[in-house]
Amino acid sequence: MTAAEEALERVTEVPGVRGSLLISVDDGLVVAERLMEGIDGRAVAALAASLVQRLGRATGGAGLQSPKFVHLRGNAGSVLAARGRDDLVLVAVVDPDANVGRARIEMLDAVGHLA
Amino acid sequence: MRALEPWVVAPLQTFITESSARLILLMTTSGQVVAQHGFSRSLDVMTASALGAAIVASTEELARIMGASRFGAVVHGGSRQSCMLAAFGTPRGRWIGLVVFGSETSVGIVQLFFDKMVEELVGAAPKEQPPALLLAENFEHELDTSLKELFGR
Repeated sequence: MTAAEEALERVTEVPGVRGSLLISVDDGLVVAERLMEGIDGRAVAALAASLVQRLGRATGGAGLQSPKFVHLRGNAGSVLAARGRDDLVLVAVVDPDANVGRARIEMLDAVGHLA
Repeated sequence: MRALEPWVVAPLQTFITESSARLILLMTTSGQVVAQHGFSRSLDVMTASALGAAIVASTEELARIMGASRFGAVVHGGSRQSCMLAAFGTPRGRWIGLVVFGSETSVGIVQLFFDKMVEELVGAAPKEQPPALLLAENFEHELDTSLKELFGR
């Protein structure tokens, strides 16, 4: 199993996580994914990459560092994103009742192990 | 933005807004321009459409030789701006989209909203038969009229 697959598996094992993807933030493309049926990975990758990129610009403009972790909360669930090395970002799509705290820990640890 | 057919305008406008693309050109596979946004000179449009149609024809032939189905899109990544070329089917025949975009957006976003635009174009296309093919003797006049519509002069 590759490091990317391992990272995705760790995140998807967290209760309430509907899927996870490793994306390239510059391109907004999927590098690897593990998603439940009905989730459009391509759309999640493109929009999450755009979100992370824009937040990076906003924080940069404010003289702050790029966020290491992003939590976008909606009525039907959340999108979590953890920035890894280079331009890789680990993204998770989670239910409203998901264990976000554990997902956050797993994601930050998993991206730390990505080459 | 300029379009030869009014039903193209809304899907194209949505795509431009959502994708943050800098330039877009919609054309037929023979290189006839259907709509454009961002180009300021007719010569650029004519050159880009001819080259775009030729690239798509070349890649489709390459795919055929390789025994693959058609390539979905061709993306040329650049340091300051990139270009995506993709052919798609419409009730009016096969069209090509040429999109130029910069670092303010990404290839993922462009592809995502391009596909949505294609769906909207297919849904918005009038059901009646496409206009008759241009006759050789009318070609110059039709080309001139099209360019005037595309550039508003």
